[in-house]
Amino acid sequence: MKEDLVLPAPRESAAGGPGEPLLVAEGLTKHFPVKGGFPIRRTVGHVQAVDGIDLTVHSGESFGLVGESGCGKSTTGRLITRLLEPTGGKILYKGQDITHAKRKGLAPIRSEIQMIFQDPYSSLNPRQTVGKIISGPMEINGIDPAGGREKRVRELLEIVGLNPEHYNRFPHEFSGGQRQRIGVARALALEPKLIVADEPVSALDVSIQAQVVNLLQKVQKELGIAFLFIAHDLAVVRHFSQRVAVMYLGKVIEVGDRDSIYTRPRHPYTHALLSAVPEVTLTDEEGGTRERIRLAGDVPSPINPPSGCRFRTRCWKAQDKCASEVPPLVRIDGNRDGHLTACHFPEEPTIEARGQDVVLDPALAALEKPDKD
Amino acid sequence: MTTLTKTEDTPPPTGPEGFLSVRDLSVRFATEDGVVKAVDGLSFDVERGRTLGIVGESGSGKSVTNLTILGLHNPHSTTIDGEIVFDGKELITATERELEQLRGNRIAMIFQDPLTAMSPYYTVGRQIAEPFRKHTGASKQEAWNRAVEMLGKVGIPNPAQRAKDYPHQFSGGMRQRAMIAMALVCDPDLLIADEPTTALDVTVQAQILDLLKDLQQEFGSAIVFITHDLGVIADVADDIMVMYAGSAVERGSTDQVLRAPRHPYTWGLLNSMPRLDSDLSAALAPIPGTPPSLLNPPSGCRFHPRCTFQDRVGGNRCVTERPLLGADRSSACHLTTEQKRSIFIEEIRPRLG
Amino acid sequence: MLQFIIRRTVGAAVTLFLIGAATFFLFVAGPSDYASLACGKDCSAARLEEIREVLGLNQPVAQQFWDFMSGIVMGRDFPTGHCSAPCLGQSFYSGDLVWDTIMDRFPLTVSLTIGAALVFLIVGLGTGMLAAFRRGSHVDKVATGASMVLSSFQIYFLGPIALMVLVYGTGLMEDPKYVPFTEDPFGWLIGLSIPMVVMATIFTAQYTRMARSSLIEQLAEDHVRTARAKGMSQKYVFFRYAWRGSLIPIVTILGIDLSSLLGGAVVTELTFSLQGIGRLAVDGAVNKDLPLTMGVMLVGAFMILVLNILVDIAYAWIDPRVRLS
Repeated sequence: MKEDLVLPAPRESAAGGPGEPLLVAEGLTKHFPVKGGFPIRRTVGHVQAVDGIDLTVHSGESFGLVGESGCGKSTTGRLITRLLEPTGGKILYKGQDITHAKRKGLAPIRSEIQMIFQDPYSSLNPRQTVGKIISGPMEINGIDPAGGREKRVRELLEIVGLNPEHYNRFPHEFSGGQRQRIGVARALALEPKLIVADEPVSALDVSIQAQVVNLLQKVQKELGIAFLFIAHDLAVVRHFSQRVAVMYLGKVIEVGDRDSIYTRPRHPYTHALLSAVPEVTLTDEEGGTRERIRLAGDVPSPINPPSGCRFRTRCWKAQDKCASEVPPLVRIDGNRDGHLTACHFPEEPTIEARGQDVVLDPALAALEKPDKD
Repeated sequence: MTTLTKTEDTPPPTGPEGFLSVRDLSVRFATEDGVVKAVDGLSFDVERGRTLGIVGESGSGKSVTNLTILGLHNPHSTTIDGEIVFDGKELITATERELEQLRGNRIAMIFQDPLTAMSPYYTVGRQIAEPFRKHTGASKQEAWNRAVEMLGKVGIPNPAQRAKDYPHQFSGGMRQRAMIAMALVCDPDLLIADEPTTALDVTVQAQILDLLKDLQQEFGSAIVFITHDLGVIADVADDIMVMYAGSAVERGSTDQVLRAPRHPYTWGLLNSMPRLDSDLSAALAPIPGTPPSLLNPPSGCRFHPRCTFQDRVGGNRCVTERPLLGADRSSACHLTTEQKRSIFIEEIRPRLG
Repeated sequence: MLQFIIRRTVGAAVTLFLIGAATFFLFVAGPSDYASLACGKDCSAARLEEIREVLGLNQPVAQQFWDFMSGIVMGRDFPTGHCSAPCLGQSFYSGDLVWDTIMDRFPLTVSLTIGAALVFLIVGLGTGMLAAFRRGSHVDKVATGASMVLSSFQIYFLGPIALMVLVYGTGLMEDPKYVPFTEDPFGWLIGLSIPMVVMATIFTAQYTRMARSSLIEQLAEDHVRTARAKGMSQKYVFFRYAWRGSLIPIVTILGIDLSSLLGGAVVTELTFSLQGIGRLAVDGAVNKDLPLTMGVMLVGAFMILVLNILVDIAYAWIDPRVRLS
């Protein structure tokens, strides 16, 4: 098994910018109805899981989508692969509107957009051999590669670092990391143009995570497949993605190239998110200390999200305007090209420590007060 | 962010051994497939007022160890050898009654998933008040008031009202705060936190970690913090013990273990973990292979099948001879101290960026 | 919660209406030739016509359906006399009103069910709890083994053995019979004790196993471990934390068992020659006594619906997540 492959990290996106827009989402929306009421049950509200987001994934690019639970990132992935029916907005694939395409219209596209799931245990049919699992998509789509399907499956197993001899084994004979490789092989079977990977490594142990991240990176670079990489782990997303979008409560609040998002963020939520990541610092002098921001409470319910800017209820900069006006996702002063932020009162583009920590959590504020003076 | 140092008002350790001393602990489970050696020859100490971080992947034995300290393992299928001494008292041979007096009172525990770790059938307030009543003999009303006070302390807004809610009416972060309130209600001397933030979102995790640190300043408890996340451990721990396949492979202060690690497994963990400031031109270098089965662990050094440095050790010692871990700053590896130092500086450190 | 009960009651009423409609269209308006069954074997054309007239079978189907359904709610008048609500018609065979016949038999069935249920709940759950609490001990092994053996027995096997030993062999007891509880509570208990115990034995085995496995599952729950980590005693944790959660599957099965028992325990009644609802159902079927069969079926369906609602209320009482969502 080729477990020990070490790959260089991907190059920064070339000066010419990424390829053609492959997948474009415009105002993409998904509301799940909430039933209730008396005496007749009816729809009493909506979970606004995804509420009008714009995204563009270019061909061959790796695009990261980060956010905390309930922000709608997984729903977005499922909308784009059309596992869910959008409530509103548009999805264009190679310029073709597939928002509401039916089975027939989707057939050619289904093979070009593939998905990798989080849980390598439940996303593989335990009663099928690995060979059957990986050749399944080819069978369904009636694809007969030169040399036969079995030969192709063995090739795929080799690409993902599994032994081709394991063709006839069952999923339970593999470890978690190996199962995720099987999932990758299945996604590759149809030579997709876009892979939507929903938390592909978060169920794996640290040492195994790196193996799968490297594999995905190899696949992305060598086969030129575009990735929509959905994860909550900011460091993994940074490592994998050329461009990154940050979601909060169903909205994209900031999007830009990796460097802008991670070192020059403007949205207060992006600042809070980055500052919350616990980090191993290897030396004392390196780049000074990071800012410390501690939000209060949890993310509000997506059933009845705050008006205006959805982050305002937890934001230290919120003013009246934030409650009344939804901030548009635009390029604000000082941002690089393609770095868009949805905020009325953006932060300084740095993650360095500021004079005073931002501590909104009441318990922390109370406990830390005596130490401060 | 400052790491915690011992607070001034905590009394000095009682004697040469730690406040909690685990000596040569072995835990074996009988299963249908054979005997699982979940923990094998583990020794460590925890001092009052300090935080020991235990880091390891799934199956490393880190959680089992801590269930054993409290005697919460399944007595029918588990065999335990060694010693666990807490404040002068041997726990492995202690009676169930004696353990009940300690649990929740002098040693408390916080679990990973606060949704399943709290009973769905009773109010949050009742679940917090329960151990307080049991251990202090307080009246129902006093215990309830104490529960409300603790909820306020851990930052639950409107605690008098929220105490009457059931756990499912709390959000994830709130539930973990309630768990902390429940653990600290009797002002324990030792707090065992088993992956307490793994199920939480990153911004909530940051709140909870800081809360634990701040509360430790106030309560002066010793903490054993179990996690798989090196970033979290760097944030909370004074000392670190790295576990692999049922035994400790490296120990030392947080600075020592994370900035000058000496064991190939620790190097592997650091190399395979992306960081926010890691150099993007350097690739992640995963540890090859997978963790071993504890039904039939490898001979010699348990890490040898995945170790890329064994050829630098003479002969095949790694396969035949089990390296031992010393008491203080040490690592269980046959490489010489000089080799460990130079390999880290010359080969590992540059990759980390 | 009140809303929930109201909603469930309305739902149950609708279901009952649909069942009533289904039975009507299957039996009365359907292909069964209701009138000739009512008339019996040696039936003249004139007699048949008379029956059609009496039962209103010459009316349009819609009218017949209305009469049938409104009869259940408000009672109805036949040319032969008044049939008060709930009117389920008149038996072809005995000529008695079906409702009266059912009510006549019902006390026996209820007695048997309640008596047996008390025994199997107390003994079965008790043994199951003991087995779970002392898991792996001799008590557990004996309880598990015994319940395994007992649950493979059947009433028609245990019943005659009990009768042979206790009644015909030793003469310790008399043949089972029903004495109304209100007349003679002691006689009621003695009279039905053999069938109650035989029935309970088989259910006990099932409930022992269920309580044991459900408790063992609960004892492995995280929140039970948390309670232990708080220093709560094993007993306290067992009764306050594990027991509560284990009730949910038990209540579910109990609801199903009770509703089927109240609908008539056919084998038990036949084995012990008792005249309960089960016997009535068999008589109805054997004699092609359609009104009786329909009546027993509707009453049985009613029992199932009522117990379903009770089970749902029990869920809400046990689990605040149900109550407060």
